[in-house]
Order: sequence, then structure tokens, then C-alpha cells
Amino acid sequence: MSSDAMTFASAEATRQPWVETLHEWVTTVDHKRLGIMYLLYALFFLGVAGCEAMIMRIQLMYPHNDFVSPQVFNRMFTMHGTTMVFFVGIPILFGFANYLVPLMIGARDMAFPRLNAFSFWLTTLGGAVLYFSFVGGNGLYGAGNAPDIGWWAYAPLTAKAFSPGHSSDYWTIALLVAGFGTIGTAINIVATILCMRCPGMKLSRMPLLPWLNLVVSGMVLIAVTPLSAAQMMLCVDRYLGGHFFDTQAGGSAVLWMHFFWIFGHPEVYILILPCFAFMSEIIPVFSRKPIFGYPVMVGATVCIGFVSMSVWAHHMFSVGMSAYTNSFFTITTLAVGVPTGIKIFNWIGTLWGGKIQFRTPMLFSIGFLFQFLMAGLTGVMLGSAAFASQLTLSYFVVAHFHYTLVGGVLFGVFAAFYYWYPKMTGRMLSERLGKVHFWLFLIGFHLTFDLMHIPGVLGMPRRIYTYEARPGWAILNFLISIGAFIQAVAVLVFVWNLISSYFKGPEAGNDPWDAWTLEWSVSSPPPAYNFASIPTVASRRPLWDLKHPEDPDSLYE
Amino acid sequence: MSAIATPLPETRAAWTLPYRGKVGIACLIIAESSIFTIFVVAYLYYVGKSPAGPTPGEVLETPIFYTICLLSSSLTVHLAARFLQSGSRGAFLTLWFLTIVLGGLFLFGTGQEWHRLIYEHGLTISTNLFGTTYYSLVGLHASHVTAGLIMLTTVLLFGLAGRVGSEQSARVEVLSLYWHFVDVVWVVVFTVVYVLGR
Repeated sequence: MSSDAMTFASAEATRQPWVETLHEWVTTVDHKRLGIMYLLYALFFLGVAGCEAMIMRIQLMYPHNDFVSPQVFNRMFTMHGTTMVFFVGIPILFGFANYLVPLMIGARDMAFPRLNAFSFWLTTLGGAVLYFSFVGGNGLYGAGNAPDIGWWAYAPLTAKAFSPGHSSDYWTIALLVAGFGTIGTAINIVATILCMRCPGMKLSRMPLLPWLNLVVSGMVLIAVTPLSAAQMMLCVDRYLGGHFFDTQAGGSAVLWMHFFWIFGHPEVYILILPCFAFMSEIIPVFSRKPIFGYPVMVGATVCIGFVSMSVWAHHMFSVGMSAYTNSFFTITTLAVGVPTGIKIFNWIGTLWGGKIQFRTPMLFSIGFLFQFLMAGLTGVMLGSAAFASQLTLSYFVVAHFHYTLVGGVLFGVFAAFYYWYPKMTGRMLSERLGKVHFWLFLIGFHLTFDLMHIPGVLGMPRRIYTYEARPGWAILNFLISIGAFIQAVAVLVFVWNLISSYFKGPEAGNDPWDAWTLEWSVSSPPPAYNFASIPTVASRRPLWDLKHPEDPDSLYE
Repeated sequence: MSAIATPLPETRAAWTLPYRGKVGIACLIIAESSIFTIFVVAYLYYVGKSPAGPTPGEVLETPIFYTICLLSSSLTVHLAARFLQSGSRGAFLTLWFLTIVLGGLFLFGTGQEWHRLIYEHGLTISTNLFGTTYYSLVGLHASHVTAGLIMLTTVLLFGLAGRVGSEQSARVEVLSLYWHFVDVVWVVVFTVVYVLGR
């Protein structure tokens, strides 16, 4: 009897062969492992799409540069945009949602664990199909490999006549498949949040991260599906000879624009709202204060969700819509700034009077606040039809949306990595490397994207592979490219930090930040079953109640 | 002050949350509705914009009988789920089988109509804009009917093997919600294609 127990213990202590570990990870339905796989997958593609961005910036360093051909440049901006949105942005945010939502609401797994794994592997297949186009996109035509139609893929660029070979097919199928994966995960997150909360966790007590992910997933259901529908139509056009977007047979190119942006604009809110969620968890903890205005934060999020569904045509002001349509979409676009402004005020209200600790997650959060505000202001400028007519399709627009997506989303994601890495691995990330990462990235970011507004105002169009040496253009573009290199170095520091801290970082313990939400009540990394006994909560900060039984939050809510 | 220092214990018994299957299928229905909306918008936007015939007015015939089949199958699937819940398995299997027959009839009707359109009127998906929008919208719906029939048949086979009892009624209810959705979509498609679109 005792010898049996001993052999069992020693068998567990020896390391299992790597094939078995791999098999466990590939076949897993555990939300934590799937979450980590989402994150690794997204980080891989962040590197790939980052390289594509670097190729573009090297090409644009000097006027009349010939680092790559115009054709390759077109492929690079198409793949960069598509990859960053569908295979970095969505997986990285779903990775965090997958990992954190069940832990934060006191559940043992997602509502549909197998659907969860299925959705992840669909997303993976999408990325693989997209990048297989580099090999298989030629078809029989010798017509260029990877997609070169831009990430909007406006008709008629996608028509057989203008895009022979299979590159556009790979693009379409990849987005269709990945879209189904996204919808599956969104269904799962909604069902998890509505059906799996632990006793006592009413919706009014739920932490803001699950709340915002609930709104995001609802938006995914309504906004990503139009893209899937449009991709199906494009498949019909390309494979079956249909005429949806074939203007010669009565089809409409503008209809594709509408369908694409009905997806495309809510999509940027789908990307930014999870980062709002990170801010709403990180800023209170490092300000040592509960979030300011919790109900208003929830209300503002739901409001953003609704209003952002009716702003899409502000991407199309130069298409030639009627004056009434332009006015409508200007008004809705400016209106969405109001709930967003409320959120920024509430984060500042949380900081106000707090004992602020400038740890690395907090540094990235503060960077997020300033940069997202700036990005919002240029967004308001571009949201006005009159102004957009002047600057649309210029580098000003590129600067604006990179300000939101890099200065906003990426800073938020970095903050989340520094904040939750200890929970996922049991080790702290190095603060020293973290500060190097932050300052390098901040300097590189501002050098690139602050300056990028200026060539736009000077009239430099986006998506050009080279430019004339007009006054100021050369030096500005050179500095923008230098900034891109600094950001690349900063990301390498980050990756080095992730790897080295995994082996040598200090032990994190259960609760390294003295935080208040349920994920910090379990060990780091959490056991496969998350909670040995399902917790019961009585307030929005269950761990505060646990640590301060003499003055629990539940008395005041 | 010390009198209020004890937090009130939660009443545990009152904690019930919705069934995850129902929430999941509701989300799927929202997502699918969005897909169908885009196809319906495309259909309506393109009505009458084909430069060449045939036009809907010339070739379409209203499939009244098959529409009645599909819509009444919503009733049979609902009753079947009710019978399963109350434990009468024989009635459940009969009505479930009837649902499959009615759904199959509808699919047969669609096939017959497509055969007529293709061989008598020469209308295919690539003939003109009407063909493109018509076959994709009706085909998208028919593919949902097909998926539903496959799932209904799976349940029927399990039922005949004696594996479906009242303990499965919540899951069967989820499938019946999907089938209701397919029927409601047909009401919309019918209105758009056969009433407004002509």
C-alpha cells in the first residue's frame, strides 16, 4: 500500500516526456491553457506583422527608395493590417478574456469548454491559411502571392479580373474561418458570464473586466457576422461567378464598403473595450482606491456598444454619400466621444487622491490614458465630415488609428501582461526590464506617431510605396522610421523579459499586487479546477472583504 | 458602530442563473440574424437592378404548400419537446419524426423550385444579379434547414435507440429553439423574396 503511494508520488515528480506535454496542450479544453495559447499565438503574429511594418518603414525612410518593389509593398500593408486586426488584436484580447473571465467570476471553466478549444483552433487555422498564401497564392497564373488588396479589400480590387490567382481567396477564407472562431468564443464568453457566476456575484457586483467583455462579446455577435456574410458574398462572386460587387452587372462597390465598415468600425471598439477593462482593473489597484463611478462605467460601456454600431460610414465621407447621411454619421461619431470621455474622467477620478504606485503596469496605464485621449481628439477631428474630406486617405488617418491601436490597445495589452503574468506563470516580470521597455517604447511611439500626423497634413497619401522629396517629407519620414526601430527594440526587451522571468523571475505568490478580485485568491498559476470550493461574494471587492473583515465593502454597496 | 460590523450573510438558496444552453443558442441566433440581415439588405438593395432578365416577377412562383409545411413543423417540434418533458416518449418520437418529414418536404420544395428555375428559365447564380442574390439568400436559409435536419435526425436516432428521456429535455429544447429560428427566418425570406421583391 505504502509502496504504491510512493511510486505514484515519484512518477508525478519526474518530468513527463515532451510529446505528452504537447499532446496535453493540443487536446486541452482548459480555459487557462487556451488563454495562454491565444496569447502566444497573438505574440507570434505580433512579431510577424511587426516585421511587415518594419519593411514598410525601411522602404519609406528615404524618397525614391527601392528596398522593396511596389507589389511587395502592397502585400506588406495588406498583411500587416489584416494580421494585426484579426490575428493579433482579437486573439490577444480573447486570450486575456479566456484566462481571466472564469477566474474573476468564480467559475471553474467556461460555459462550453469544447467550443472554446474549437474556436481557438479555428482562429489558428485562419492565421495559417492567411500565411499559406505566401506559398500557395500564385495559383496557375504566376500572379503574385500574398494578398495585396488592402485590409478593406474594396471592390473591384477583389474581382477575378484584378486579383487573379488565389491570394484574395486565401484572404477571404482566412477571415471567414477566423470569424467563425471569434463568434464561437463570443457566444462562450456571454454564456459564461450570464450562467456561471459564483453565488452572490450579481451583475451589479461583477468586476468591470467581465462586464466589458460581456459588452464586447455582444458586439462581436452583431458586428463580426456582417463581415462573415460579406466574405460569403465575395466567395460567391469569386468562385461561382456571382455579381454582388460586380459593377458591370449592376452590382455595387459601395455596398461592400458599407458591409465592411459595419464590421470595421465596431471592430475598433471591440479592440479597445477590453483595454478599457484592463485599465479599470489595474488603475484602482495601483491607486489603492476602488474604481470611481462603477455604475457609470458600466453604463458608458453599454452606451459605447450601442452608439458605435451606427458610426461606420464615417470611413466613407469621401465616397459621395448624401449631405444628410454625412451629417448623421458626423453626429453619431461625435456622440460616441461622450461616453468615452466619461470613462477617462472616471479613471482620473480613481487616480485622484490615491496612493499611486508607479509599477510597470501602472506606467503603461498612465501612458494609455494620455495617448488614448490624444487619439480620441484626432478622432473627433476626423469624425467631422468637412475635416475628413480634406485629410482622408492621408498619413494623418494612419497616425490617428495607430495612436488608438498602438498608443491605446498595445499599451493596454502591455499593462495587462505585466499585471497578470505573475498569475499565469507564478513569476514576477522584471521591473527593471519593464521600465526599460516602457520608456523605450514610449519614446519610439511618440517619435513615430506624433510626427506621422505632419506628413498627412502636408498631403502625403497613405499606401504609397515611395514619395517625392518635397520640403520636410524626407526628414519627417526618416525620423518616423527611426521611431519604429526604437519600438522594435523595446518589443525585443519585452520578449526577453517574458522569457527570462519565466525561468529566473522572483516567485509571485498568490497576490503580489495586494489586489481585490477573485483571480488573486487562488495559487499562481491556478490549479486546473481554479477553485477548490466555489467562493461566495458579498461585494465588488471580495478579497478586500476577506483581508479587512472589520470594514468590508459589503456594508456600503 | 460595532453593531454594524458583521456583514449580512448571503441567502444561498436564492442563487439561480439561466441555463447555459439557452443563452448559447440565443447568442447564436443573434449572430445568425445579423448574417441574414446583411443578405436580406443585399437582396432588397439589388431588387430591380439587374441589367438583364429573367426578373423575379417573370419566374418566381410562391411556394405556399412548402411554406405551410415548414411553419407547421415549428408547432410539431414544440409539441414534441413538451411531450418529452412530460415523459411520454412515444408521442415525442412521433412528432419529432413528423417534424423531420415536414422539414424534408420543404427542402424538397426548394430543390424542385431550383430545378425549375435552372432548367426551364436558365436562371443560375451567375446569370444576373437577381440570380446571385436569390440563390445566396434562399440557399443560405436552405443550408440552415439542412443543418437543422441533420441535428433533428441525430436526436431521432438516439431516441429510437432509447437514449433520449425527459432528462434530455433541456437540450432538446435548445434544438427546438434553433428550428423555430429557421422558421422565423423563412417568414422574413418569404416576405422579402416572394412578396416585396416581385
